Parts: sequence; structure tokens; C-alpha cells
Amino acid sequence: MGLFTEAFLTSLVLGAVVAGIPLLLAGLGEQLSEKAGVLNIGLEGMMLIGAYMGFLIAYVSGSTTLGFVFGALGGMAVAAIMALLCVRLGLNQIVIGIALTLGAEGITALLHNIQFSRTYPRLDAMDTLPIPFLSGIPVIGPAVFDRPVIVYIAILLVFVMIYLFRATHLGSALQAAGDKPAALDAAGVDVIRTRTVAVLCTGLFAGLGGAFMSIVGAGVFVPFMTHGNGFIGIVLAMLARGKPLWVLGGALLFGACLSMTTALQVAGVDIPTDVIQMLPFAMVMLVVILAGRRASLPLALGSSYVRGAR
Amino acid sequence: MSAAQTTRTADKPTEAPPEHRREWAHMALITIGPVVVALVIGGLGLIAMGGNPLTSYSYVAGRGLVSPSGLPATLTRVGPPVPIAASPIGALPAGVSDLGGDGAVPLGAVLVAAAGPALVEIFPVWIVLIVGLLIGAVVGMLWSVVPALLRAYQGVNEIITTLMMTFLGVSLANVLVKLAFLDPTTTVPQTRTLPVEDRLPRLFDTTVSSGLLIGLAVIIVVHLVMTRTAFGLKLRVVGANSKAAIHAGLPVPLLTVMVFGISAALAGLAGAVDILGTQGNVRADWNPAYSLTVVPLVFLARFNGFGTIAFVFLFSVLLIGGESAARKLGVPNYFSLVIVAILLVVLGLTEYLDQRRQQKVRN
Amino acid sequence: MVGSSASPVAAQGPVVSLRQVTKRFPGVVANDHVTIDLWPGEVHVLLGENGAGKSTLVGMLSGLQKPDEGEILIDGSAIDIASPRQALDLGIGTVFQHSMLVPSLTLVDNFTLGGPWWRRPDREGVAARMREQASSIGIRIDPYALAGSLSLGEQQQVEIVRALMRGSRCLILDEATAMLTPRDAEQLGELMRRLVARGLAVVFITHKLNEALAYGDRISVLRLGKNAGAMEPQVLKSADTSAAMAEVVRMMFGTNASGEAEAGGREARRAAGGKPVLAVDDLTVDDGSVPLSGISFTVAAGEILGLAGIDGNGQKQLAEALAGQRPIRSGSLKLKGVSLEKAGVGERRNHGLRYVTDDRLGEGTVGTFPVSTNLLLKQIGDRPFWKSGVEQPAAIADNARRYIGEFDVRTPSIETPVAKLSGGNIQKVLLARELSGAAEAVIFAKPTYGLDVQNIRSSRRRIREAAEAGRAVLLISTDLEEILELADRIAVMSQGRIVGTVDNDADARRKIGELMSGMTV
Repeated sequence: MGLFTEAFLTSLVLGAVVAGIPLLLAGLGEQLSEKAGVLNIGLEGMMLIGAYMGFLIAYVSGSTTLGFVFGALGGMAVAAIMALLCVRLGLNQIVIGIALTLGAEGITALLHNIQFSRTYPRLDAMDTLPIPFLSGIPVIGPAVFDRPVIVYIAILLVFVMIYLFRATHLGSALQAAGDKPAALDAAGVDVIRTRTVAVLCTGLFAGLGGAFMSIVGAGVFVPFMTHGNGFIGIVLAMLARGKPLWVLGGALLFGACLSMTTALQVAGVDIPTDVIQMLPFAMVMLVVILAGRRASLPLALGSSYVRGAR
Repeated sequence: MSAAQTTRTADKPTEAPPEHRREWAHMALITIGPVVVALVIGGLGLIAMGGNPLTSYSYVAGRGLVSPSGLPATLTRVGPPVPIAASPIGALPAGVSDLGGDGAVPLGAVLVAAAGPALVEIFPVWIVLIVGLLIGAVVGMLWSVVPALLRAYQGVNEIITTLMMTFLGVSLANVLVKLAFLDPTTTVPQTRTLPVEDRLPRLFDTTVSSGLLIGLAVIIVVHLVMTRTAFGLKLRVVGANSKAAIHAGLPVPLLTVMVFGISAALAGLAGAVDILGTQGNVRADWNPAYSLTVVPLVFLARFNGFGTIAFVFLFSVLLIGGESAARKLGVPNYFSLVIVAILLVVLGLTEYLDQRRQQKVRN
Repeated sequence: MVGSSASPVAAQGPVVSLRQVTKRFPGVVANDHVTIDLWPGEVHVLLGENGAGKSTLVGMLSGLQKPDEGEILIDGSAIDIASPRQALDLGIGTVFQHSMLVPSLTLVDNFTLGGPWWRRPDREGVAARMREQASSIGIRIDPYALAGSLSLGEQQQVEIVRALMRGSRCLILDEATAMLTPRDAEQLGELMRRLVARGLAVVFITHKLNEALAYGDRISVLRLGKNAGAMEPQVLKSADTSAAMAEVVRMMFGTNASGEAEAGGREARRAAGGKPVLAVDDLTVDDGSVPLSGISFTVAAGEILGLAGIDGNGQKQLAEALAGQRPIRSGSLKLKGVSLEKAGVGERRNHGLRYVTDDRLGEGTVGTFPVSTNLLLKQIGDRPFWKSGVEQPAAIADNARRYIGEFDVRTPSIETPVAKLSGGNIQKVLLARELSGAAEAVIFAKPTYGLDVQNIRSSRRRIREAAEAGRAVLLISTDLEEILELADRIAVMSQGRIVGTVDNDADARRKIGELMSGMTV
């Protein structure tokens, strides 16, 4: 079987979407935080909690919608801790981020072991919602336009973010919070509250992304299943320079790398899994090397805001 | 216009004994306090899960320390994390958050594991051991070159780049084990095993490898270099205030690259020590991932080498004892991850409260 | 000719009044029972030295801080100004020295910050109002320009427009002219006159005497946190310039502080000159904002060459290039005949070139390190403080004690982290470090910036002594008074070039002013 057959391409694009949606959500969420000036290293932890909660609730309640909701809420809960410790109290964002990630890894692995390690339940594949006519296009059709609703929602979120950044007061406030918080304060807007909102939304998105991984992607929760997706999301946000569309592009690109294994298997090419697994991270490094200094960030990133400290 | 000596400045640092003691007490409080609080919170978590924290912790301590197989096992297992801890001690005070250790360790380990059995056929053991350690260090250093250059000359944040290199390193190590250096004589995917008699000598009669001594020595050396030498001071200046470093004429990009090189070399060395001392080979998917959990311990010890050793020991006790407890209770040892996470958060809060208290005192 | 007022609203009461306002910080009383009335239709100048309490007062009026005692009256009623937003609602607008605009947003978006989050900002409407308001006070702005693309003077004008759009009745300009060219400062002065003609109360905070007299209707002087005197409009209008200046100086300093005869020292030194120690010829230095070109000057032993100019015209870049922190594109730099263009920072230092930076904590020292270490920051690894790379605590401590004594550094111990010292003492540490050893040429960058009167005097004394000891001194300062007091010759820097060099004689001030505003001498 050759490399550029329809089967291979379909599998690749399909895989790119499935792997890319969590990256997209993580990246959008991180972009929101970074715009407001908060470096959120705990993204991986938020995704994991989302993955676990999503799977748990979906399994217990039988409703994937509830699963997504609770996955998002779970991510938001972790984000709330970050908001309290880093935004409100001003603790070191990097140390807390690592702590939240490690903690999430430990707790979810622990809980999973207690609850599921003997039974290993699986979820059924989710129903898809085919978009008429578009889903008939070869290769792209079934991969992009015949997917579960959540995929459409995620892509829609990209445009919601674009609108938010360009055409609402919140968008300006977020930009100000990250670029020059003192100016936002002088304009009478609560900087702490703005950043808190941003961080909580990040948790929401990340949790949703994690839930997607466990409910749609794998159908099951495996400890540490996010395997660096959160960190790739952070890189995506840093490289996308404030443009949600670039996050979408990057997410699909990296998603394609992540899904290369399956696609290649479909094509009959036999490359070891481990080599394929290196691909996304190698791609990230390549992009970072090429972008170099131009991975721009808002000026006030990483530092806490204290009123009166000019 | 030199003024006569008056009582304005303290001529000699002759602090009155009570003040000295108060400072020590303060240090102890903000170092041990977080650990205690973390254990308490963890204990509450255990209660929530239906366990008994007192029995659990005492079981952990017992298995980790006291029982006949406990202490040597602990010391054996303490071996690997100890030299890894040297890596952040060199990097963090220099302002470099090198999180690439978990990639450098397996890579160093794999290449040493591959080279070891082959070299042993040609050279005497002690040469092989030394060469093995060197290989580990060099491999680690090479693995840090890209993040180092990106940071030094392009200002790219190294947390992300080193983490990416970690993922790459783990995968690459696996590839090497499964494809390049596979031992054809066994069914388990692993490299050829270095015979026990060709490994680092044991300490006395125990199963504890002298790799532990190497690890302790490395940490102490790094600590002394950072705190007592001109080179270490230069690194610390770069980490504390890079503008001042430029102002003082220090070659900042060069020093930054050197810091990466040193810290990554130490990580690779740690991998080599583990293989040459204890493991003898590298199995596929072997990744103890100590680095990420050792970094917060170094923060806790305020970058002090001796404090780090103490905390790593404590952490290993937790790990070993925890594993036994886990086997007994049927609960896996992910708990230690949670404890470390709690520890980091409590540590951050402690620093915050401490700074608030100091400000109030000044007012 | 001192300021003129032609406003028709004399019958009203003061818009804002401060009565016995007191504010304390740890260790200092920033404002001590200050009482001031701000009348509509007047430019009210708040004059005082650095540390006199002006900024604290502004902070309380703009809602950033609250007074510990006393009260603030708006239109006669005591109000508690709890936040910047409330201050704005009450009609108090503040324009700070540093811009409060978000650089990456357009002006319109800056103005519409703070609306309901889901709503679309009314960009067209606000833009129209901006243009209208701006033209009503005689300036032009482009609402859709990015704030970061505007010059500082333009940004200040935008802030004034913003304050007017918010309905400010009292406009506070906090050190607004500190970073402006003389021409932009004049424009601001004229703008202030137009504003008070509309009935506003304008408060102009400054420490520059000449501006106070030129633009003010009423002057209140603050010294050490207290009211130290005031000059009513009638007095200000009728008095002549030099008498008014003398009176105000007396209020600010308590003595006739102008021209304590340091001129005598200068005479003695001028005799010592001769062969140039520091020689710079046709220097070109690259920079993103202010590249340098054609820089040439010489400084002889025992001579003080002052480098005057508005901040941001290349002085920092020049200092960094001379010290070795910035590469030199072309041209020559010679110290006692030795070419140093390619030498590194350490090598230049060893040849005797010293640089006292203006950025004391950001660049000059490492705040968390002890005083003893900072004194040796540029000699890490040198004997006898380090032997084969290992540190020698006894030698380091001896060195520290010696310089702490010699330079009168007030510190609890030699191990105290430098950041804990006061600004003046940090400066002393820098001076001790750079003036010690075999210094041949010393570059001082804004040496007395942010210091109190005592420390300013002692710093200037050190600079004089350095020259008297035979060193070549390059004094870079934005404080013209300082340069006139200390320098033998004065070069003026503008837009990265030296536009002229004059001797420090009776005519110097006028010639320098002309050079800075673009006229050739």
C-alpha cells in the first residue's frame, strides 16, 4: 500500500482532527491566560483532571454531554487554585504550575487505580453529527464534517475567541492586563479579577480538551494520558502571537504528527511507535528554532500585579 | 575625605548569640514546616480514602528505614536521585530552569549500557567505569545544546524547550533500546547486561553501590563550586541579575551555555551511575522520572547542597516505604507525586507568608 | 515675565481643597499637615525638591492612596477618595510622568477600557468625541493610532484629552515636563493656559524653577512634606523674574542655596588640564531608537566634561558604548593613548575606565547579594579576593570594611543585601567601587538622580574630588544645574549627536538652551 492513498490521507486527517482538538482547546485556553499576563504551566494538570472527570461522569451517568461539562468544571477547579495562589497571592507561577501538574497526575492515577484498575471499563464511541453535503467530500469530508458535536463546538470557539479579542471590552481589558496592567487599573478595571477570569476560562477549555481525549479520543482514562499535550498547548499559544486562527493551524499540524502512527499503519508502513512519538516534539523544537526571538509574549507576562508599584 | 570610624557600621559580624540562634530557628521553621504541613495534608487525604495516616506513615518510615532490608534498600534507591539533584543546584541559582534531566538521564543510561558490555571485553573494569561515567556526562551535555543556544542567543524560554527535549529523549532512548542496542539473548526488550562483577563496587558487605558515594560527592562539589568559587559567583550573578552581569563584564551567553552544559552533564552522569552501579542494563520504557520531582526539593533546600541531600533522602524513604505500603495496601505509589505537589504549594505559601511577616517587621 | 491669568471664574470657591492632610510611610512622614486650595481658572504649581512629598499628594488626590489624617474637600464637602475610578468620577484627572496608555492598543481602545465586557466598544462614537475634544484645545490626534507609536509628548496630550472627556474639572500634571524637549514643554505650557481659560483647575507638579515661574499663576512650595510657603497670583504677576526666583528658592531650601561658590574649585582645576586622557573620535554606535554618529570629544586629566541634553537622546547608549557593554560600529576610543574600541568591559576597567551607572539596582548591583560582594562585582576572580578561583572571605571582608568607612556607607553589616540600603547608600557603594583602584577616567551617569539634598551634596563633592585627584571625568546628567555647578566644559547631546560644546562661563546657560532647542551656536 502506498503512502498517498485515500485511506492513508483520510486516516491522517481524521487522526489530525482527533488529536488536534485537545491541542486546540489547550492552546486557546493558554492563549487567553497569556494575553492577560499569566503564564499557565499547570495546563497539563488541568487537562488531566478534565480527562478523568469527563470519563468518570460519562461512564457513571451514561451521558457524554454531562461528561464534557464536568470535565470542563474539573479543569476550572484546578485553575481556581492557580488563580488563588498566583493571581491573587502572587506566588511564583512556574512553581505552582509544576505543582498542579504533578498533583493532578498523582491524584488521577491514584483515583483511577482505586476505581477502575480492576474493571477497565470503556466508553462506546460517540455518535457523530454529519454535516450534509460537506461530509461527502473525499478525505476531508468524513474526517472533518462527520464528527461528534464537540468537534464543531471546539472549532466554533476559535471564532468566538476572535470575536472576543477584537470586538468586546473584555478583549481590550485582557490585552491591557497583559501589556500594561497599571493602565487597566487606572481605567478603573480590576486587574486581579480580569486575570482570574482569564485563568478560570483557561481551566474550562483545558478541562474540555482533556475530556475530549478520554471520551472521544481513547474512550477510556489512562493515567498520565495527556502525555505532554498540555505543554504542546503552551508552545502553541506562545507561537500563535495572540491569533486564535494560528492556534487552530498549529493544533492541526501537531495533531497530524501525533496521529502519524495510526495513519502509517493504515498505509502499511512499518515505523516503530517510539520514532513516531518523537515527531510532534521534534516538530515543536523545529518551529521554536525557526521562530526564535519572534515568539512574542505580552510585556507583563509572568509578573504579578501590585497596585501602586509603578 | 575619609571619616573616622564611628559606631555607624558593624566592624565585625559579631552577632549576639541569641540573634544567631533566632536566625537558625527561622530557617528551620520555613524549611521543615512545609514538609510537616504537606505530610499532614497528605494524611488527611489518606483518611479521606479510608486509610489510617499514622499506620501508613509509620509503616512507610519503618519499611524505609528500620527494617533489615529497609535501610540498605533505601540507600540503594537513594543512589540515583542524589546525583540528579546536583543538576538543578548548578542550574537554578544561575537562572536556568533546566527541566531536561528526565531526558538526559535515560539517554546517558542507554548509551552507557550499550557501551559497557562491549568495552568490558577489551579494557579493564576500572577504565570502563570511568569511560562510562564520561559517556553519560557527554551525552547529557550534547542533549542540552539546542535549548542552551536558543536561550543564550535568542532569549527563548528554556522551560518549554527542555521539556520538549525530555519527551524526545525518553522516546529516543526507547528507540535505541528496542532497535539499536537490543539484547538478542533475552525476550524482555533491554540492552545487554553488564555483569555484576563489572559494575561499580559495592560498599562493604551491603547491596549498596558506591555510586551513592559518587552521587554525594558530586552534589557536595557542585554546592561548593556554586557558593565558594569565583566561577560559581559569576553564575549566580547571571541568575540573579543578568543586566548587572553585563555591566560587570561577564560573558553572559557563554556562561548560560556552560550552565546548561554542566547541569545536563550531571543528569547524564546520574544515568550512568545508575546503570553502572545498580541496574546493569536499560529496559525498554524505563523512565524513573526523578528530575521533575527533585527540582522542587532543591527549591525547598534553597539551593543548598547539604539540605538537598537531606530532602532527597527523605523523599527516597517516602518512595521506598511508600512502595511497600502500596503493595501491602494494594494502592499504587502515585501518592508520592501528590505529596510533592502539596509540598511545592505549601512551600510557595510559606515564602509568601514569610515575606509578609518580614515586611510587617520592617514597618 | 511670569505667568498670566485671564480667567473669569474668580468668584467660585476652590474645586479641591486639602486640609491638614498627613500621610505616613514606615520611617518617614511623606506629607505633614499639608493645606492647599486648588482654584478653577488657575495654573497652580506645586513646587518642591525630590522627596518633598509631591508625588504622595498626587497619589492621594488620584485615589491611589488614602490620607492618614486630614481631609480632602471637593466643592467644599469632605470626600473619601477610595479608588482611581472614584477620583475620576469626582472630576479629578491625573496625567502621570509615565504614560498610562496600553502600547499595543489603539487610542480608541485605550479610551474605551472598562465598559461592560460583552459589549462592542463604541469606537466610532468615541473617536469622533476624541477629535472634537482635541481640536477644542488646539491639538490633533488620530484615534486609531497605536498608543505605542506615539512620542511621549503626544501621549501626554492624549491623556489630557482623556481627562477632559471624562469631565475633569481639576487636572493634575505630575512632573509632566520631565521627559520633554524644551519645545514640547513650551507647547504643554501653552496648552495649560488654554485649559484654565476654560475654567479648569490645573495643578502642575514640578521641581524645575523656571517652568514654575513661566507657566504658573500660583505657586505652593513643599519642603520635607510640609507647606513651605506660597506665592499668590498678584505677587507672581507683578514681581520680576530674579526676585521671584530668589524668593521661591528661599522657600524651597531655606537658604540662599543658589551658587554656593563652588566656582573657586573649578578655577583651581582648570589649571591642571592638558593632554587628553579620554579621547573619542567620530564614534558610531548602532541602536534601535537612538543611533549615535560622529561623536567626538576629549577630556583632560583633572577636567570635568559635562554632557547635557534631554533624557533619551543617546546618553545611555554612549555611556554603554564607552564602557564596553555595547559594540562600537566605527570610530576610535583611546584612554591615555591606548585604543579600547575592541576591548571588553573588564579590559577597559583594567586600563582605568570606570562607569558609574544611573540604574543602581537594575544594573549596577545585585540587590540580593551582600554589600561586600557588590563592592567586588567587577573583580570576581581577582587576587587577593580569590586565589585560584576559591574565595578568600577575610580579604573580601577587609576590603568591604575599608570602603564602607572611607565612603561613609550606612549599613547594618557588610553582609547586608544591597537592596536593603537607602538609595543614597547604594550610590555610595557604586562610587566606592568605581572610584577605587587605578581609575583614570570616570563616567558618571545621572549620579544624583533620586537622592536627597545631603546625598546630592556629598555625591557632587566626590565628583569634584575625583577630578581634583587628576582623573578625567565625563558627567552625563539631565540636571542642568548640576552640570553648570561642576563642569569645566559642556557638550550638548541631541538625537545621537553632539550638537555643540561650550565653556562653562556666564553665558553657558543661554548657549546650552539654544543648542538643545536646535539652534546652532
